[in-house]
Amino acid sequence: MCGIVGLHLRDTALEPRLGSLLTGMLGQMVDRGPDSAGVAVYGNPVFSPAGESSVSVLDAPSDLAATVGDALGVTVGALDLAPTTVLHAPVPAALLADTVRALAPAATVIGFGDDVTVLKGTGDPRVLAENFGLPSVSGWQGVGHTRMATESAVTAAGSHPFAVGPDQCLVHNGSFSNHLSIKRELEDEGVVFDSENDTEVGARFVAQHLAEGADLEKALRLLGERFDGFYTLLVSTSDSFAVVRDPIACKPAIVAECDAYVAMASEFRALAGLPGIADAHIFEPEPDRVYVWQR
Amino acid sequence: MTTDTLLPTATYDLATTTTRELNAALHATEAPASVEVTNPQGAHALACGLNRPIDVRVDGHVGYYAAGMNQHAHVTIDGNAGVGVAENMMSGSVRVTGDASQSAGATAHGGLLVIEGNAAARCGISMKGVDIVVGGDIGHMSAFMGQAGRLVVLGDAGEALGDSLYEARIYVRGRVASLGADCVKKEMRAEHVAELQELLDAAGFDADPAEFTRYGSARQLYHFHVDNASAY
Repeated sequence: MCGIVGLHLRDTALEPRLGSLLTGMLGQMVDRGPDSAGVAVYGNPVFSPAGESSVSVLDAPSDLAATVGDALGVTVGALDLAPTTVLHAPVPAALLADTVRALAPAATVIGFGDDVTVLKGTGDPRVLAENFGLPSVSGWQGVGHTRMATESAVTAAGSHPFAVGPDQCLVHNGSFSNHLSIKRELEDEGVVFDSENDTEVGARFVAQHLAEGADLEKALRLLGERFDGFYTLLVSTSDSFAVVRDPIACKPAIVAECDAYVAMASEFRALAGLPGIADAHIFEPEPDRVYVWQR
Repeated sequence: MTTDTLLPTATYDLATTTTRELNAALHATEAPASVEVTNPQGAHALACGLNRPIDVRVDGHVGYYAAGMNQHAHVTIDGNAGVGVAENMMSGSVRVTGDASQSAGATAHGGLLVIEGNAAARCGISMKGVDIVVGGDIGHMSAFMGQAGRLVVLGDAGEALGDSLYEARIYVRGRVASLGADCVKKEMRAEHVAELQELLDAAGFDADPAEFTRYGSARQLYHFHVDNASAY
């Protein structure tokens, strides 16, 4: 199973409501994946203040902000959204993430960028959303995932989204059957993995192609050529929102598009509470076709 | 002896009533003759397992398996339907005014399923006697292993139409992306034009049967051929 939700806002008037809308969508998908959840929010000024980058960390030592600040010579802000810690600082995102990895090798970086904040945990997705303070969060784009673990253990690090490139997120409903062979190839090229999760292999694959200059549509086409298995993927970046399904398309997906937003979910009931949904264009993405919406 | 008493009409608001309460009311011997369901909000398994000639109208989009296993009832969904609408229907009718997700009418033995919009992948998979009429397009692998019944498509069909088809008959007005194994184009004889006209009339669509192409089984997969052993 697993439940996917995503909301890409076009109408800035809705931005203060992003978190509450996303919370409602996530709550509808709990019975598709009750064991853990994760969300990513783009454009929240508290998580990621203007002019600063942020990094999301699991298992962060309590003095991490201070030690990272000392190492970088800047003031590092910290938010405790247990089990996720969010640090933000006026330095490049990659530098902030690399510094966290160097100073806290036992911690896991689960997201970084100039715009995105990733929050993950295990347990009831509705409780996690409240703990994250999601209902009151603003932003211009958000994705969420409720996980029913099939390929790896139930841990916060194994929750989605997998946000392994700057401002990138990937969530997945389904499973990849040849992920271990692709993982070995990526590891041979020096790619380091944080989990045993099959979805992380997809996210690392996409991130690598984006880093090499492919656009999101091309990266997802390449994924389709290389990965076997069942998948509906929702992939977001600093300016894009993309959906792709495998050629068999067993895993559900539904999209609602209107002037105010593009919304995607595993099932319609997650979209039912969105404003103006009655007048939105609602459709089921075709198999093996990459859909990309740009900001 | 139990006597069915059909009351005139009733409305169930799913904002205040559970799916279980709705379905129990529809199954009750004193079920009303006509039922209106409001605020479905994509809920699953609405109006399933009905077994009496009642009219049910759902005002909005429904989730998975709406009107599954229907017998005798006439269900109208005024919106889109999720996976497996009218799955395993035996008789009666189901009408979706919007689009249907995958596996619409799967394994259905009888009755009429009308989808005014598009149907996604695997429409009519393993159909066993149902009639399905789709106003728009259908997705890939539709009528896969279809055994009996008729599938009418006013728009286009996706890839592998009628793969491993047994005896269901398929009429498509638009383009077919590709035919599945053992599915072939067939001649439209007078009886097929008449049959198609009946189905279009029953579904309430105004279309010219002469614009349709008939597809059916080449019947090459019925028997094992040793010459094809390497292909199995």
